[in-house]
Amino acid sequence: MSATNPVPAMPDARKRTTTTGEMTGAEAVIRCLEAEGVDICWGIPGGAILPLYDAFARVEHTVKHVLVRHEQGAGHMAQGYARATGRVGVCIGTSGPGATNLVTPVADAFLDSTPLVVITGQVPTHLIGSDAFQEADTTGIFMPIVKHSYLVTDVRDIPRVFREAFHIASTGRPGPVLVDIPKDIANQTLNFTYPETVEIAGYKPNRTGHPLQVEAAAEAIARSRRPVLYVGGGVLNAHATDELATFAEAVQVPVVTTLMAKGAFPDSHPLCVGLPGMHGSKFANWTMNKADLLVTIGARFDDRVTGKLDTFAPGAKIIHIDIDPAEISKNRHADIPIVGELKQVLPALTASYLELRSQDRIVSKREWKDQVEEWRFKHPFRYRRVGPLKTQYVMERFRDLLADRDVIYTTGVGQHQMWAAQWLKIERPRHFITSGGLGTMGFGVPAAIGAQMAFPEKTVVNIDGDGCFQMTAQELATAVSYNVPAIHAILNNGWLGMVRQWQQLFHDERYSETLLNANLPDYVKLAEAFGALGLRAETEEEVDAVIMQAVESRRPCVIDFRVDHDEKVYPMVPAGGSSAEMIDEPWDNEWVEDGV
Amino acid sequence: MNHTLSVLVENQPGVLTRVASLFARRGFNIESLAVGPTEREDWSRITLRVDCSQHSIDQVVKQLYKLINVLKVNEMTSDDAIERELMLVRVTAQPKDRADIIRLAEVFGGRVCDVGPTSLMFEAIEHPDTLYAFEEILKPYGIKELVRTGRVAMRKATTERTRSSRMRVLA
Ligand SMILES: Cc1ncc(C[n+]2csc(CCOP(=O)(O)OP(=O)(O)O)c2C)c(N)n1
Ligand SMILES: [Mg+2]
Repeated sequence: MSATNPVPAMPDARKRTTTTGEMTGAEAVIRCLEAEGVDICWGIPGGAILPLYDAFARVEHTVKHVLVRHEQGAGHMAQGYARATGRVGVCIGTSGPGATNLVTPVADAFLDSTPLVVITGQVPTHLIGSDAFQEADTTGIFMPIVKHSYLVTDVRDIPRVFREAFHIASTGRPGPVLVDIPKDIANQTLNFTYPETVEIAGYKPNRTGHPLQVEAAAEAIARSRRPVLYVGGGVLNAHATDELATFAEAVQVPVVTTLMAKGAFPDSHPLCVGLPGMHGSKFANWTMNKADLLVTIGARFDDRVTGKLDTFAPGAKIIHIDIDPAEISKNRHADIPIVGELKQVLPALTASYLELRSQDRIVSKREWKDQVEEWRFKHPFRYRRVGPLKTQYVMERFRDLLADRDVIYTTGVGQHQMWAAQWLKIERPRHFITSGGLGTMGFGVPAAIGAQMAFPEKTVVNIDGDGCFQMTAQELATAVSYNVPAIHAILNNGWLGMVRQWQQLFHDERYSETLLNANLPDYVKLAEAFGALGLRAETEEEVDAVIMQAVESRRPCVIDFRVDHDEKVYPMVPAGGSSAEMIDEPWDNEWVEDGV
Repeated sequence: MNHTLSVLVENQPGVLTRVASLFARRGFNIESLAVGPTEREDWSRITLRVDCSQHSIDQVVKQLYKLINVLKVNEMTSDDAIERELMLVRVTAQPKDRADIIRLAEVFGGRVCDVGPTSLMFEAIEHPDTLYAFEEILKPYGIKELVRTGRVAMRKATTERTRSSRMRVLA
């Protein structure tokens, strides 16, 4: 079986532009975007970036600009687009506050390795460093959260800088690249030609996994009795989900997919063990912890996955395959490191393994798979459908009602995010878009809008919290004005639920500053005020109807699901605890006897 | 543990900040830093010395390589590299003491480069440890002012081939 990937395997949108000749720096920026095949970008104008916006209106071009309501929204929309398509997202802000508003999405993109090109206006060169109006040291502020940045000081550099920026953002381990352009530079003229090739002395991202290491890895897998594929978001960034599926099929071992990798391997695949870590399943955590070999593929031993590092997977040998050498042995020593592109390494590893199989040199993993199956069967995620409406139930209804549709989910950050990860079934890559590394509340609304603008025909559902929704709710205006029909499902528990859960469990129920108010605002009226569809469900009986109404309306839509405020996300590995020891509801603790 | 890193970079604005910030974000103090031109106009070399664990330095080296403007990183030890630093020091010297101090300074390669009514200025280009010893010797006379450039280092020819492969463990 091979995962069907609706996105071209290696999207290369670059076009050969024919535009050349005398033009302003600002127009050159637009020609660069065209040359890179950028069809859409998000932003807000302002003084220092006005030349670019003037050029948008003045020249004929093929780049659609979307006016957002807050630059953070522009950044997350570009992220939503990038994560849904695998292409570079582009967002634009003016100097000073425009740039600082972009800090959060850029940091988010940096931690989740999302390719972005971020364009900011800067005060004219002669004013830089003078605390001029709306001046901020933008390249300085962004330095630790970008893959690379440019301050353009010569208009003739613009074509090269953009050629490099797109190249750097999208190759190797992807990430955000900032281009800061002073206003006077944008107004100067140059003789434009877009460079065909790119030559960056200190940047050689394309690496081939060392053949001997690949062989060693195949040997180790063959010899292992209890191997696990530990799969991270790198598989998506590498466009290697088909290669992963082929590899997993060949080796026939359990596949753990991190939050960032949800959908990189089909959730319903018999080998898929799903989510590990703090709110992962018991069987996924036990599978990791009891393994004798972790085949780590584009994952990074994040603390939310490993819990206490010294006790994580204590008996496992580590194979670590990553494009980024800096991830190797950062948190956990790698016994067999392989630095290279997954698209190349995984097929090589598959071939190596099949060769060993043909020589009958594979140690049976039968018992291990049976063990994992037993854990899975005995200890699934569960919740009790008693009392008020449960978020888990709403997730199950989305999952089942929309099973036949092509749905992209985005999420906010908090309890609802974890329940979405636990209960939704994602069968295709790039269909679950969440803020994993930075954990940015407010990510869901704009990310959904960006994903929907990339794929207007798909259904896009943002699983959001009431706290999160209020952080970027103003983008409903963007959604309505461009008629972007993403559904924003607010799992409204009236609290900053995830923080409340920690306060309940670890701070003696001192609920310090976590009470919101389920009625403030009235989300249905708020939606209507924006010209969106507003719906509400308070009981299980109402859930199906609002979901179907929202999906069929094809309008921007907000659903206010009134859910239990006292429900907690379980199982849970307390921060810094051993991931072999999860805590659970008192009624769901019979697993202890199985405890690993 | 002290580590000397020699970082070859593109000669561009902001590169030093990018390099330095990788140390600052980890709370590592850069104990010595020297930046200067190299055999190529478009390259600079940053030599810096930090005190941190081997695991940390391995991590920082990998992070340095991720900076687009960084071309090459070498970790050097006193065994396999020549390390030098320039020191200028002004020491109190009454006319009657001058001869003594100058003779003492010669032992450490110190050369008089300025003479004042009650002071002498020395320059010395030596291994940093020698400079520390020189400084200790001068202290009793009264050091008025002292400045050092930060160490620079270059690998010795003999170890060029056997250079530690630790930095290249990554296959
Ligand atoms: C911008 C930002 N601020 C604060 C936090 C810390 N935080 C994590 S989850 C959470 C609560 C989220 O509340 P809500 O959106 O209502 O989701 P719930 O947990 O209730 O499902 C908070 C405050 C964060 N992740 N991001
Ligand atoms: Mg909430």
